[in-house]
Amino acid sequence: MDWTPATQKEQQDMLSELGLASTDAFFEAIPASLRMKDWKVPPEGMSEQELRTHLAVLAEANTPAPVSFLGGGYYDHYIPAAVDALAGRSEFFTAYTPYQPECAQGTLQAIYEYQSAVCRLADMECANASLYDGGTAVYEAAAMACRITRRNRVIVHASLHPVWKEMLETHAAGSVLQVETGDVPVEGSACLIVQNPSFIGDVRDFSDLAEECHAQGCLLVVAFNPVSLGILKTPGAMGADIAVAEGQSLGLPLGFGGPYLGILTARKSHIRKMPGRIAAATTDDRDRRGFVLTLQAREQHIRREKALSNICSNQALCALRALIHLCLLGKAGFEATAQACYAKTEYLKKQMNFLPLLNTHPTFNEFAVRLPKPATEVIEALQPRGFLPGIPLEPFGWEPGDLLIAVTEKRVRAELDAFAAAMKECCHG
Amino acid sequence: MNPDTLKYTEDHEWIVEQRGLYVVGITEYAVDELGEITFVELPEVGRRLERGEDAAVLESVKAASDVLCPVTGVVAEVNDILEMEPDLINRDTYGKGWILKLKDVNVEEYEELMDSRSYRGYLKTVE
Repeated sequence: MDWTPATQKEQQDMLSELGLASTDAFFEAIPASLRMKDWKVPPEGMSEQELRTHLAVLAEANTPAPVSFLGGGYYDHYIPAAVDALAGRSEFFTAYTPYQPECAQGTLQAIYEYQSAVCRLADMECANASLYDGGTAVYEAAAMACRITRRNRVIVHASLHPVWKEMLETHAAGSVLQVETGDVPVEGSACLIVQNPSFIGDVRDFSDLAEECHAQGCLLVVAFNPVSLGILKTPGAMGADIAVAEGQSLGLPLGFGGPYLGILTARKSHIRKMPGRIAAATTDDRDRRGFVLTLQAREQHIRREKALSNICSNQALCALRALIHLCLLGKAGFEATAQACYAKTEYLKKQMNFLPLLNTHPTFNEFAVRLPKPATEVIEALQPRGFLPGIPLEPFGWEPGDLLIAVTEKRVRAELDAFAAAMKECCHG
Repeated sequence: MNPDTLKYTEDHEWIVEQRGLYVVGITEYAVDELGEITFVELPEVGRRLERGEDAAVLESVKAASDVLCPVTGVVAEVNDILEMEPDLINRDTYGKGWILKLKDVNVEEYEELMDSRSYRGYLKTVE
């Protein structure tokens, strides 16, 4: 691919327009300690081969990938090579908003299959073509519940990811939605939002809460971890009206903020209040099966200011990766992955039983412990030894020593043993 | 229903008093503008609607459009059959294609609406 840099003259023009003397002045807002001082520009006139060798030498200076126990909604799962190979095909990869049925049957079918797959996963009846991420999906579910019930109180259960709650509050600011904290539905509440497993990994059955909600005309929104549904009770079986998730665990690499995948599913009776694109199967004039976008009158290109949501995009490529990932694993493979996550987490929990556990329920692939010293100190001590020990919980309202530890199927026994030993040494040494 | 005996709004809804209730539908002109109607979303019975408030939503192959409540009142009945057969509105908008019935209406607002002659005159200005 060609790369056309800004010429020196163009850079000068931009700087003088901004009234700045130099590029350094432009970057002054970034603290000096974060700016790179000895920026190694490759010498001019290198051939492609020389440049590749040069870059390989630089890459070797990187620290090898650490053993990660980071979770909190985004997990280090194995991604089969076929996911990249198939999702990277140019028919899928290079197409921009390919939703005209006459020329985009492949993409439309993939989205339709994705919707079907996430419905089966969550045991729900309909799904949209996806949203940006888990936090966006939580907000859209809350807004959807308000439209369905014609109410505006949104109750957030303590189990919900604090970052997703913050995203919900950010989206709700200036709208009719009133976000409150609570454990049960209250009078006039549109929905109660719970998460299973909770932010710190607690597994619960919210079936009774669903009944309590429905008795008050309130909807139950369940945020779920897709991988956990290999072994846990589904949102549909609990009686959820809307179920949402962060889909990163399904074939998406961990990135600094994304791109991720917002999964939104619901009961069929609520489909006309559901935001976002929806792909559907139909037949053409010769009775052949085909795929189209449907129920578009909900969306802003038709309904304008009365559209259900301003979200008019989806994460087609991420949804495609999730679909391929699910298809590759299959039902048995998916269940085995969830089993492995659970078993390995239980193993590490046992190895680390010298630390008090904060969980009050069984856990899935994540648990929280209280360290005898600040979690940030322990993290700093263990990072040079090749571990990313977890997420410090203090910024989310817990104690300074509280740490959230996640274990996926990728971790092997030697890693778990070494991590537990290092932790013991660090805490009690 | 005889279109000559109905009252009309500038948004192309019709309304008429019938045995104490006020029946609401959309006019032939609105039906032509919308094309084939594919879905009707009806309000809950018992809901109080202000004049001009969204009373129902009609989706057609061409557009989605709100039915605005012609007068303030309370929803007494809705035409449930439209949920299964939305094109009843296309086929018989002044009869089986009625949308809802109101009670406890603001009669003053009702009296202020256009009669069929004024509505026909109004249509000439929008066409």
